[in-house]
Amino acid sequence: MTTELKNRILIAHIDGELDHYSASEIRRKLDREITGCSVKHLIFDFSDLSFMDSSGLGVIIGRYKKIKEKNGKVLLVCNKAHVDKLLSVSGLKKLLGVNKTVEGAMKQIKEEKKI
Amino acid sequence: MKADNYINATIKGLPSNEALSRVIVASFASQADPTFEQIADIKTAVSEAVTNSIVHGYEGEEGEIRISCRMHRNILTVEIEDYGCGIENVEQARQPLFTTNSDGERTGMGFTVMELFMDKVEVYSKPNQGTKVIMIKRLMAHSEES
Repeated sequence: MTTELKNRILIAHIDGELDHYSASEIRRKLDREITGCSVKHLIFDFSDLSFMDSSGLGVIIGRYKKIKEKNGKVLLVCNKAHVDKLLSVSGLKKLLGVNKTVEGAMKQIKEEKKI
Repeated sequence: MKADNYINATIKGLPSNEALSRVIVASFASQADPTFEQIADIKTAVSEAVTNSIVHGYEGEEGEIRISCRMHRNILTVEIEDYGCGIENVEQARQPLFTTNSDGERTGMGFTVMELFMDKVEVYSKPNQGTKVIMIKRLMAHSEES
């Protein structure tokens, strides 16, 4: 996983496989970055993710709770059919929304700020 | 018609073996020429069952997980069995969002995902003896699609 920070939006590019084994490391890294006041919003970029199971849903929901406390938004970027399927059946797609690109997600956060 | 086939594997219940367990079952299933979506479904369901065994069955203790796959015509049957603490109330455990884990990082979606991604899921469990999950999926060959 690599992360970048742009305008208080933390973008987490999660690659490889997101399961119970890899989740603990990703969770620890993200929580360390989220805790600081420099992060308000979080974008999960799953563009290079090859596998995810319900442990990944736990990672998203856990971070969502933390970002919500800061009145921030969590957005998902996904263009893989099987990751999308899991996000759909879990209801996370409906709750958070899924963008096809990071740029699309950034734009959405900017536009919602104006309202 | 292809002859029936099977594979049995016993793996150590380590989180680092979760990926291996998915690959074993997906490799076995590939003989039926399934679609990418079916392979992804199988990998996800296997991952849920194996993670349950590691996290809930053995609760961090060492233990073995038996993975058994059978192919009859194009019907795949996968059994994931552990010899851990078992499930007191299987009906309750299978409910969406039910979890015994209180730190909020387990979603309670494991059995629900297995049921959604496979055609049939059976769960047999006895407290202090272990849990066996049997999952069945009919694989449609690439050529049958469309």
